Amino acid sequence: MAKYDIDLVVNAAPHIRDKVNTSSIMRDVVLALIPAMVGSIFIFGERVIVVYLVSIVSSILAEYVGNLLFHKNSSLKDFSVVVTGVLLAMTLPPSSPWWMVVVGAFSGILLGKMIFGGIGSNPFNPALVGRAVLMVSWPTYMTTWDKPRFFIGFPFRVLSLDAITSATPLNVVQLQSYSQLISEFGSKLNLYTSLFFGTVGGSIGETSAILLLIGAIYLFIRKVIDWKIPTFYIATVFVLSFVFGRDPIFSILAGGLFLGAFFMATDYSSSPKTPLGKIYYGIFLGIMTVIIRQFSSYPEGVMFSILLGNALVTYFDKTMPRVYGVFPKKEVSK
Amino acid sequence: MKVFTYSPGGVHPDESKITKDFPFEVFKSPPVVVIPLQQHTGAPNNPLVSVGDYVKVGQKIGDTNQFVAAPVHASVSGKVLAIEDRLLPNGTKGKCVVIENDYKDEWVELSKRDSFEDLPREEILKVIRDKGIVGLGGASFPTAVKLSPPPNKVIDIIIGNGAECESYLTVDNRVMLEYPDKIIKGILIEMQITGAKRGIIAVEENKEDAALLLNKKVQEMGLSNVEVVLVKTKYPQGGEKQLIKAVLNREVPSGGLPLDVGVVVQNVQTLKAITEAILEDKPVIERGITVSGDAVEKKGNFIMRIGTPASFIIDTLGLNRKLRKLIFGGPMTGIAQASVDVPVIKGTSGILMFGEEALEMAPQEESPCIRCASCVDSCPMGLMPFLIDHASRRKDLQEAERLHALDCIECGVCSYVCPSKRHLTENIKGVKQAIIKQKKIEAAKQAAFEKLKQQRQKEKEMS
Repeated sequence: MAKYDIDLVVNAAPHIRDKVNTSSIMRDVVLALIPAMVGSIFIFGERVIVVYLVSIVSSILAEYVGNLLFHKNSSLKDFSVVVTGVLLAMTLPPSSPWWMVVVGAFSGILLGKMIFGGIGSNPFNPALVGRAVLMVSWPTYMTTWDKPRFFIGFPFRVLSLDAITSATPLNVVQLQSYSQLISEFGSKLNLYTSLFFGTVGGSIGETSAILLLIGAIYLFIRKVIDWKIPTFYIATVFVLSFVFGRDPIFSILAGGLFLGAFFMATDYSSSPKTPLGKIYYGIFLGIMTVIIRQFSSYPEGVMFSILLGNALVTYFDKTMPRVYGVFPKKEVSK
Repeated sequence: MKVFTYSPGGVHPDESKITKDFPFEVFKSPPVVVIPLQQHTGAPNNPLVSVGDYVKVGQKIGDTNQFVAAPVHASVSGKVLAIEDRLLPNGTKGKCVVIENDYKDEWVELSKRDSFEDLPREEILKVIRDKGIVGLGGASFPTAVKLSPPPNKVIDIIIGNGAECESYLTVDNRVMLEYPDKIIKGILIEMQITGAKRGIIAVEENKEDAALLLNKKVQEMGLSNVEVVLVKTKYPQGGEKQLIKAVLNREVPSGGLPLDVGVVVQNVQTLKAITEAILEDKPVIERGITVSGDAVEKKGNFIMRIGTPASFIIDTLGLNRKLRKLIFGGPMTGIAQASVDVPVIKGTSGILMFGEEALEMAPQEESPCIRCASCVDSCPMGLMPFLIDHASRRKDLQEAERLHALDCIECGVCSYVCPSKRHLTENIKGVKQAIIKQKKIEAAKQAAFEKLKQQRQKEKEMS
């Protein structure tokens, strides 16, 4: 056998693998968030760039520290920490002071991810853990909202900024009333259009429904996220809001629902893995969000719903798929 | 034609059917053949020849009186050089008959038949066993055993499996295009012995030309009880259980066999072999094999003698780069070889050769499970592969069994889709073997305990 150069490697089947890997998935998520990121810079001004940068850099730093603390191999190349950094920034008010962002990123990555063993082992969404820590630590900063730099009304005209408060639409509804909110925007259509394009007060990345949707569609096409959780989540909010006498269209467009449903509730590690579990989970998140919005002192319930849902994932995962050839007790095989 | 498929699960890797349009070529007979005595699932054979004997092509050289077995035959004429342990394609060593080819191709006498319709069932089964026919799709289960269901089972449908869902492989495709009559006759023979009322030949959509040809032949022969159907191109569409579900919407019960739902699934090449055994009296001494992959110079579909060493194939067809991976079978379930000395056996459907790119095609470094549930969504058996994998790593056999590890068909889909490149299939296979071993140990313990109890009882009665 001198004729040919042969040096055989042996490994178990399969001998081909799909090209998708962890870092390509994470890069896809960051790519999907870019439209909303760029949009937020236009809507709230250049200072949100600082929030993004501080959040991403401190998240990377926190993961590095975590790796050192827990004697783990570097996990930076899987890119997941960048996703967390971007998502955390998106859930913060545009006026967040830089040091608060640092605290949020470190709490999110260290308490939300690294102490559980890093990627894939975190029971809670790290970005939301970071946000929750900030929410209870500095509630004033976390509920101080800026006016967007412009308002887009129906159809595509820039509205006057004078009449509108800087509070988020859900805040106005809770403290005053829905009709008050509509009168501020001039008409219901103006309000819808503003929510659609994101020119309303709110967290940096949560306001624009269309830009988040574009990112989400990209993730669906790339098969990064499953349709079940976001669809059932948003649909449940739509239906239940209607039941409680709220405007269903307003309810799904306002607040952090799209950001939460498409990008947070679908976090692999902290969401259910079974097909049926995903459906129940989506419905559960929808119910909790509407209940918090309707009955609690918080105007928005997406964060707490998802964190609560995260805690119950083990139970949703009890709904295992039916194994081929294993029949339910009653059914008799042919 | 109606298109069938199963759900949920399955993947669609690059088809890479490079050799699709390469007609069968008869491969040069090698100077020395290495014929393993056991090439089937079941009881081992004993050699029927000794060193120095002269053997003819088609002469039976190994057999046993056990039921679950299939004899082996000499694939060339010549002198028996040795009967010794050699490396086999499955990675183990086994007794092989080594024959030096005298290139005279002297055959044993064959008694051809004109028809099979008047042959009794037992006679046909005897011929099928005697001619060494096993499942040529790769499973290598003795065909005669498969066609002898226990008396309480009724077989109503025979499915001819022409799905060939593995990438690269194109032998079944070629067999369907070049020997459609033999496949249809094979189905008729099986229907005759099992009493099945219907025969169905299932072909994947990417081989529609083969399906159309088979359909035309069926029409020409005026058969109303045989039909050709298309199935969606999807891996593992050709898995027995998946095919039955797709075509008939029946599910083989967990731990059971296709005959539990009245079905026998047979690879198209096996059907051809059955026809040849009955009508031409020909034993399995050769088979169709796809040789493909980036590293091999001359790719194609070849009729190769059983026992042809891989080294001879490499020398004949040539390499165009450094050979890094030699796979017997398809890329999803085939076995990577450690040596080029292994011979072609009855279960070898393809020989794939890859250069350095093989290392990239199947990265070996694992990263942590990110719980994306891709494996759950694509498992054709509805399992939760990542959980079984976790249990396997913990050596938690009980948990693995609870998660239905034993229902795994080892198709490789979970490892294929895993973005973290984890060795799911490998670990699940491992835990399956551990569970089966533990069950055996427990059964033995139980038996010993019962024996002891009886002994004590006896002693008590005595005293």
